[in-house]
Amino acid sequence: MSNLFNIDIVNPEQSFLSKDNVFEVVIPAVEGEIGILKDHIPIISFLKPGIIRVFSDSEEQNFYVEDGIVEFKDNTLSVLTSSIFDLKNADKNFVSESISSAEAELSKDNIDDQKRFLLNHKVEVLKSISIN
Amino acid sequence: MPSLDDLRKRITSVKSTQKITKAMKMVAAAKLRKAQENAEKGRPYSEKMNNVILNLSKSITDKENAPKLLVGTGEEKVHLCIVLTADRGLCGGFNTNIIKKAKSYFEKIISENKTLKIITVGSKGYDQLKRQYKSYIVENISFKESKNINYFDADKVGKIIIEKFEKNEFDVCAIFYNKFKNVITQIPQEQQIVPLNEDKDDKDDSGNDNDYEFEPDEDEILSNLLPKNISTQIFKAMLENSASEQGSRMTAMDNATRNAGELVDRLTIEYNRSRQAAITKELIEIISGAESL
Repeated sequence: MSNLFNIDIVNPEQSFLSKDNVFEVVIPAVEGEIGILKDHIPIISFLKPGIIRVFSDSEEQNFYVEDGIVEFKDNTLSVLTSSIFDLKNADKNFVSESISSAEAELSKDNIDDQKRFLLNHKVEVLKSISIN
Repeated sequence: MPSLDDLRKRITSVKSTQKITKAMKMVAAAKLRKAQENAEKGRPYSEKMNNVILNLSKSITDKENAPKLLVGTGEEKVHLCIVLTADRGLCGGFNTNIIKKAKSYFEKIISENKTLKIITVGSKGYDQLKRQYKSYIVENISFKESKNINYFDADKVGKIIIEKFEKNEFDVCAIFYNKFKNVITQIPQEQQIVPLNEDKDDKDDSGNDNDYEFEPDEDEILSNLLPKNISTQIFKAMLENSASEQGSRMTAMDNATRNAGELVDRLTIEYNRSRQAAITKELIEIISGAESL
């Protein structure tokens, strides 16, 4: 029996990625990374800034996401996100711009702990991208 | 009776108008295809979003403490209306139809002694509403600079709405836009986005028990998701609107081109007749001149 399932990544403008031959997806959910295999129980969660890793037979794809919602049901993983890009064609300028804007946001005093945590995390992830 | 020269000028001017309307029609047709494609591409996102929210709201047991964006503030005093129109004219009844729909809603609100607040998106809507409802308009947004409709713009509007909601500036929020049915038909729509209308429970799939696992809990996901849903709905409305705008413009310009063609035909006949009349008159004058000799 195959151990493959479907993944749909959509952003508001279009359908970003649609595959039916993935065997594992690792998503940066808000309470920690989740690895999803076939026949996972239905789950709804939302994302924090991080990297979605999609493993299919032939290749591994990595995407950076900033936020979004994931739903897994009937062996279909739907990812709804408004900001996503493929790590392979990451725009260096865009990454460094995002880092500096997040850092500027961090230096403000009036942000709460949760937001601070998310921003710190975002900077961390983005920096690790720009090094590679 | 206009002189021959006048007629000739009229014909040239109508012909050049016809050229313009024809070009506008072509442009609108090309843009329409793109706008339609975009609207179709954007559909899965809003559909999935709706699905998730539907599933979530089903599993919420504690209605009292549910997020206010979903269930409302419990009051219905202040209505916020978002009127989405185009930035350009010359598109038939497109803007007027939205405004008409919105106005009838406004009148209802005012006659019920409730407070009305208006946000216009798109400059044409502002132009048409400012005469009558100037005092109610709280904000006027226009995205003239952005060439394409993008989510970023919709998100800006969404954020304004959320901000106002958090400040308790309104209880109910509705958006007005044109839904694209086909090239000749666009239906003005009124859609309530706060609180979320739960009229979808007609398809009662209670047998289908969605035992979702939520991480973190339902409330937190919902409070994260609902603001996004507002932006998504606005974005959807903007996409539908842009497809409708181009469709409407295309039909309007097509009509204009045809009318111009008819006008040119009529004017040409008149021109030919009066030219012929002039020739005949001259001939008669020559003949009768020759006879008298």
